[in-house]
Formats: sequence, C-alpha cells, structure tokens
Amino acid sequence: MKFKPLLILPLFVVTVMFAVFGYALVTGVDPKAVPSALTGKSLPDFKLSDLVDNKQFLTRSDIIGEPMLVNIWATWCTSCKYEHPVLNSLAASGVKIIGINYKDDRELAMNWLRDYADPYDVNIFDPNGELGFDLGVTGAPETFFVDSNGQVQHRYQGPITDKIWENQLKAIFDEMV
Amino acid sequence: MKWYNQLVRCLMFAATCALAVQATANEVLTFDSDELRDRYTELTFQLRCPKCQNQNVADSNAPISEDIRLKTYEMLHQGYTDQEIIDFMIDRYTEFVTYKPQMSLVTIWLWVLPITCLVIGMLILFRLTKRNKQNENPALTEEESARLKALLEEKS
Amino acid sequence: MFPEFGQFSLILAWVFAFLLAVIPLTGVGMNKEALQRTAPALAWAMFFFTAVAFAILVRAFLNDDFSVVIVSQNSNSALPWYYKFSATWGNHEGSMLLWILMLTGWTVAVTVFARSLTVELKSAVLGVLGIVSFGFTMFVLFTSNPFARLLPIPPTDGSDLNPLLQDIGLILHPPTLYMGYVGFSVAFAFAIAALITGRFDASWVRWSRPWTNVAWAFLTVGIALGSWWAYYELGWGGWWFWDPVENASFMPWLIGTALIHSQAVTEKRNLFKSWSVLLAIFAFSFSLLGTFLVRSGVLTSVHAFASDPKRGLFILVILAITILGSLILYALNAGKIKTAGKFEFVSRESFMLMNNILLVVIAFAVLFGTLLPLIADAFGMRKLSVGAPFFNLVFNMLMVVLISLLGLGQLLRWKKQQLKSWTGFFIVAIAGAIVIALLLPWALSGQLHWQVWLGMSLVFWTAASLIRLLAEKTKNADSFVTGLKKAGVGFWGMWIAHLGLVVATTGVVLVSNFDLERDFRMAAGESVEMSNYRFELTSVDQVSGPNYSSDKGTINVFRNGKPIAELHPEKRFYQVQRNVMTEAGIDGNLARDLYASLAEPLDDSRQVWSVRLQVKPFVRWMWFGALLMALGGVLSITDKRYRRTARTGASL
Repeated sequence: MKFKPLLILPLFVVTVMFAVFGYALVTGVDPKAVPSALTGKSLPDFKLSDLVDNKQFLTRSDIIGEPMLVNIWATWCTSCKYEHPVLNSLAASGVKIIGINYKDDRELAMNWLRDYADPYDVNIFDPNGELGFDLGVTGAPETFFVDSNGQVQHRYQGPITDKIWENQLKAIFDEMV
Repeated sequence: MKWYNQLVRCLMFAATCALAVQATANEVLTFDSDELRDRYTELTFQLRCPKCQNQNVADSNAPISEDIRLKTYEMLHQGYTDQEIIDFMIDRYTEFVTYKPQMSLVTIWLWVLPITCLVIGMLILFRLTKRNKQNENPALTEEESARLKALLEEKS
Repeated sequence: MFPEFGQFSLILAWVFAFLLAVIPLTGVGMNKEALQRTAPALAWAMFFFTAVAFAILVRAFLNDDFSVVIVSQNSNSALPWYYKFSATWGNHEGSMLLWILMLTGWTVAVTVFARSLTVELKSAVLGVLGIVSFGFTMFVLFTSNPFARLLPIPPTDGSDLNPLLQDIGLILHPPTLYMGYVGFSVAFAFAIAALITGRFDASWVRWSRPWTNVAWAFLTVGIALGSWWAYYELGWGGWWFWDPVENASFMPWLIGTALIHSQAVTEKRNLFKSWSVLLAIFAFSFSLLGTFLVRSGVLTSVHAFASDPKRGLFILVILAITILGSLILYALNAGKIKTAGKFEFVSRESFMLMNNILLVVIAFAVLFGTLLPLIADAFGMRKLSVGAPFFNLVFNMLMVVLISLLGLGQLLRWKKQQLKSWTGFFIVAIAGAIVIALLLPWALSGQLHWQVWLGMSLVFWTAASLIRLLAEKTKNADSFVTGLKKAGVGFWGMWIAHLGLVVATTGVVLVSNFDLERDFRMAAGESVEMSNYRFELTSVDQVSGPNYSSDKGTINVFRNGKPIAELHPEKRFYQVQRNVMTEAGIDGNLARDLYASLAEPLDDSRQVWSVRLQVKPFVRWMWFGALLMALGGVLSITDKRYRRTARTGASL
C-alpha cells in the first residue's frame, strides 16, 4: 500500500484542534472575563468636581502620588453596599482609596457616606459616567489598582470581599507599595 | 390567482420602499444626514457589548451599550472617522469590543487559512481533471505501462 | 420513586449500548454471523430503555415533581402544560437525554428501514451507533444526571423556565435540530462500517444517501426554526447573529450539504469515494463539536447552557475517542479505496467538486472564526471578538462564487460537456440576469445598491438555469408535461432544493439591503409615517398572563388611510425569574413584515414609550427557501431506486 499523506492530514488537523480545546479547558479559559484596556497604562486625565464640594474641581494630578485603589461605586448599585464594609476596613488599615461616584445623585451619595461611613480619601463626582467611560468601566463596583506613578496595575470587577482581598488582591496591592 | 395577487403586492410594496421616513420629529435619535445614520447603524452593529453574553451594542439594553451608542453618535457628529471611533472604543474596552477583527499577526490567519484551503482545493481539482485527460489517451508511455503493471501486481 | 426508575432505566440502556457496541462488531471481526445477528435486538432494547427514561423525565415535568433538581430549576407550577413539556429539553441534562433518545431512535430506524442490508454491514453500522450511544449515555449518567433529586425536603415550587424559552419555537426548534445533528450519525456509521468491513462498493453509498438527506432536511428545518425564533422572540428583528452556537449548527449543515453532493457523485459515477467517507465523518464530527462548544463553556453565547469545565473535559474525551478513532481508521483504510473513472474540467463531477471545496472552505472559515477568540485567549495573546462583519464578508464572497457556479453546474452532464451549443443561452441568461437585476429593483425602489444588483443577478441567473434545466429534461419527451412527469423524484428533489436556495437568497439579499429600522418616541394616540405606512400607537395597556404581567401596546398600521394591520408588541415581566422580555408585534406577508417592539418606557405612567419600528421586505422568503430545500432533500429519497437496490442488495 502506498503511503498517502493526504489521508493523515484530517487526523493531524483535528488532533491539533483537540489539543487546543484540552489546553483551553485545563487552563480554565473564561470567555466572559475581559481584561482592562488600561492595565499597564497611565490613568486617564479628567476634570470633575469633588462629590462633597461642587465648586472644587479635581484632576488626575490631584489624586496620584502614592499607591491607591480607585473604586467605582454608586448608590443604585446593590453589590456596592455589600462591598462597602470591606472598603471601610481596608481604609482603616491604611489603604488609600479614591472613590468615583458613578452616574449617581450627589445628595443620595452624600447620605450614603454619612450612613455607612466614608472609606474614601476623596470622591470624584462623575454623574454622566465620562471618567467611567474613559476607564472602560462596564458597571459598578469596579476597582483599579494605581501605583505611585499613576500607572494602572490591575482592575477588579465586582465587589471585593475579605476573602478575595486576602487571597489575590492584597498581594497585587503590596507589590505597588 | 392568489399567488398573482401576492406578487402584485410584492411589487407594489417594493415600489414604495424608497419613500423612507417622513415624520422624523419623534425619532429618538436624529441625524444630520442619511450617511451619518448608515454609519451609525454600521458601527453599533460592529461594536460588541463588553458586559453581555454575546450581543452587539445596537441590540443590547445594557447601560454600557447605551453609553457606547451615545458616544458613537456624538463622535460621528463631531466628524470622527469610523476607524477613529473604533480605535477610541478599543483604547477603553480592548479589542474585545469590536466584532470586526483588527488586522494583526493573530487575526491575519482568519484570511490566510481559508484562502490557502481554497487554493489547495482548486489545485487538487486541476490535477484530477488533468490526469483524467491524460488517461483518456489510450496509448500509454513506457513509464506508465510499467507503473500500471506494478499497480496490478500490488493489487493481486 | 419514578425518577429512580428513570435513572435505572437509563443505566439499562447504557448496558445495552455497551453490548451493542461490543457483540456485533466482535461478530464482524471474527466473522461469526450469530453474534452479528444480535444487533437489532440490542438496538431495540437500548432504544426502549432510553425512551422509558425520557418518558419518566417528561412525567416529572408535567406532574411538577420539584424533588427532581432540573424540574425545580426549570419549571414552575404556573407554567402552561405545553411549556412544562418542552421545559424537559430546555436545560442541559434533559436536552442531552433527548439527544440520546434520538440517537437510539435513529439506530432502531436503521434496523427497521434497512432490513435488506447484508447482515455484516448492518451489524457494523448498528455497532458503531452503539459505541456513540454508549459514550453519550455514560456522559449523562456520570456528569449530567437528569434524575438527581433534592431530598429530603423538595422546594414547594420551581424557579421557572427561562422566559426566552417559553415559546412555540422552543417546543419545535431543539428537537428538529437534534434530529439533524444526530441523524448524521447514521451516515457516519455507514462510513465507519465501510472502513471496518473494507467494502466500498456503490451499494453502501446508495444505502446511506437517504439517511444523509433526511438528517440534512431536519437540520435545515431546525436552523430555519432557530432563525425564525430568534427573529420574533429576541425582539430586535435579527435573524442570524453568527453566534458560536448558531455557527455550531451551521457548520454541520455546510458539511452535510457537501456530503449530499459528494454522495451523489459517488453513487452515480463511483468517484470521490474516499472523500465521501471523510465528509460523512466530518458531518457528524461537526455535530458533536457543536455539542461540545455549547456545553463546555469555552465560548460565550446567548444560547449557551450553564457550563461546567468537568463536563467539557468529559465530552472532549468522548469526542476525541470517536473522532480521532474514526480518522485513524480512515488514515489506515481509506488508501484501499480504489477509484476509477474520469471526468473533464467542464463536467458535472468537476463542478460538484468545486461545490464541495467551497462549502468545506466556508465551514472551516466559520470554524476558525468561531475558535480564534478561544485560541488567542488560551495562549494568552489577547481577548478579541470575531463576529458578523467577518463572517458576512467571507460567507458572502464565497457564496457569490458558489451560486454563480451552481447555475452552470446543474446544467452539465457527467464526464464531459461541450459548451458550444450553450453559448447562446449563456449570453442571453447572464446578460438578462444582470440587466434585470439592475433595472427591476431600481425601478421599483428608486435605490441602487450594488449588493442587490449582484445578489439579484445571481438569483435571476440561477432561476434561468433552473428553467433551462426543465427544458433539457423534457427535450426528448413527447410533451412538456410527460417530460416533467418522467423526470423522476431525484431530479425534482434537486430542482426544488436549488429553487429553495434561490428563494432564500432573494430573501437575504432584499431584507439585508432594503430593511428600514427606526426608533421613535411615542405616546398613546401619536403616529409616525415610515415607508408609506402610518403607525399609530393606539394604547398601551397593562395586562397579565399566566405567569407574567405585561405592557401591551396596540399599534394600528394604515396605508393610504386604510387600516391594514394591528400590531401588539409587549414588554413582559416574568414574576418568578424577575425577567423582562420584549415580545415583538409582527404582521407579515410574502412581501414584507411590519415589526414593532417596545424598547423602554419613557415616563412613570408607562404611557410614553421608545418604540422600534421596522419594515422588513421579503424576510419570510429566507425561511420558505429553507423549507423548500428540506422538501427537496426529503423528496429525493422517495426514489424507487433506493427500495429496489435494497432488494437486490439482499439477494447478493
């Protein structure tokens, strides 16, 4: 019998395909997880008012300088309420947190901070979600890890819990310090 | 004659297709020109909602899709080109946000592989028909008769 | 106790599948006819116990047995009975069981309709089907048990069926689609049996052709139903999204279409044998691949089932064994296939081969486009999306070539065709098609789209060729009518299927280019004009259904002042799952669909709405075209030849 490479070809192609599938499954590819476009890039510039003082305008240079978390939150966001105590305890342990109040109402937001305590160093009021858009935010809460040079090192989507902080996020933050 | 009536209705309908929208006062979005509208439709069809399972921003109700639609609308009216708008979105939401793969070393294969397959397929076809044409010639060359003999022996 | 009986019954089915996979094939290997003859009985037993298991699952859904996990997760006592029934396959476990039920069903169909096959071939075919059943039943038993219970305290009510699935479309679409997917297993089994037994004579293609056609027809209808369902149920009027799950159903269809043509050549001309075997393997492999993609969670899709990587790995192993096993068998044995016969470049064989090349290239382009995001992600390159813009471009380009060739190819004779006598026809038909396609849409709509021009040129050219085909068929007959009668069902099947393609292409071309879509802000009593229609939002009422509450709009459509339609778009709120659904209001005829959907309320009293109105010309032609294609596929199997050869086969 003559050897016919064409007959082996389908086997070869399909084997390669299965290898890719197997690799994808074993490494646990999550098609839903979309990385942040900002990772490794500098925090975008902005000019927005302070949540507490609507005459005070904040820009990028006002907030950067040391490692910090930039947290997107809103009073309409239910999992933000769930995340809030965690942020409080992080702030108490010395983590600098900047808040971006996202597509929210100024008064409601200030009531929230009064009722549930304020973990934020300062809060940027972003009622139209402009800064959120530049950050590539898809919803609240989201947290950006920004180093002292204003570079974004990591983005976390969803509420931070104590466990998640201890297990994965603390190390990322400590690396920036 | 039902089918005939249907046909007439088809044609009559098609005849009126042209006269597009007349009362636009109530439209949710108004466009400066039809060209802008077409580009808007195209872009929102091409941009992917970053938060949904698998939907373009035109069909998605997610707040983020609304933001992207609005931004697209604004940028179109500010005179940005389609590619500039796409790049703007990619800068914020990564390449994930466009259903139209941007040319790169990874995505070039999307074009290279099918074209290669097509070319190989056509080559095989030409070879098959050429070989057949030769076979039609009853007189075999010496080499061919030797091969035929070998084949026959192999078979038995 | 019933669910436990169901599980037990499924285990029995698994045991019989195991026996079916082992005994008859051993018989083939050892050349013992007694062992081979066990196959039909084993197939029946396997089918029977699967059917019992499925019936018990259906019973659990109909009787609201919420102690069964999937019933409690996918049904609710307030659900109408027919949705309880269809909820059986509205979830991963139940749909897998349905899949297996159909596989075993096709297996017994082989024992019934292929009585006249040689014992050896028949037992090999059934044995291969047994192997597949064994693998998938094992998958269900070990990773996706549909009969798992929530005991000791079952919930008092279920968490309801996803509202998207509460629809006639879901009652019909998955079973039809699965019939197609699974149906390719028969052609696959015939191909594998031929590889095992080493008998590649023309009879095995003749036997497997009807099965391929029927499976393909089911798949065609299933895809059309899915597209129709997405069109009216997702609420945005889209009919094809190039979603990974849609692609997963489209790829086996493309390969299956290629297979039908290749098998025709193999049967008639004894050519492309090895290629037909390979396509039969691929058609079923692509069906299996679809199952993997939908259920493993490696791709995101609006249709994907709740996924579990463990399941993914399990299916992957089954797939690898089935597909790689058959390809190894192919690599080893296909070299023994001898091909004789010759054909020229301008011949039917050659054009059939071009058809195959194009269809296979399209299928692989779709496959690669679907998988590239996964590959790029797995190897850490980046996240990217490949969607409609890419697929449309590649598909349209290749389809243009395919349909242009079809017009010529269907007229050609086997072996060799002199084109000289045709020149006149070609010039007239092609020039005519190009001119009419330019002038007719332009005159009627006043718009010029080069896409319409190109698309309709192809449509008219192929239509002209179809008519010419009739003329050729009746050329030598006494009269036109007797000629048509004599043409035979095989010819008519082909003719109707190709007509279906023409009809569907017309629909796609026209709706893609002439559809109108606008979003309006409308309050009750207001009206807007669009494309010579006046849409008046008469009222928006709050109504309640069996398990939902709804804002139901009434839109009266007028044309030239006369009322012509009443649309009822709804925004439904399903209480149990707290889900909002957009139900479109549609009025359709052959010429156009008027399509209205309520996007969102713009005031607190829910009387002012943002309303999306669409006029979609010729959209139904796509689905009618698909139905014609399926009809053609089924019609051609009624040919006497299949029954006759079956008898001669038996006497061999």
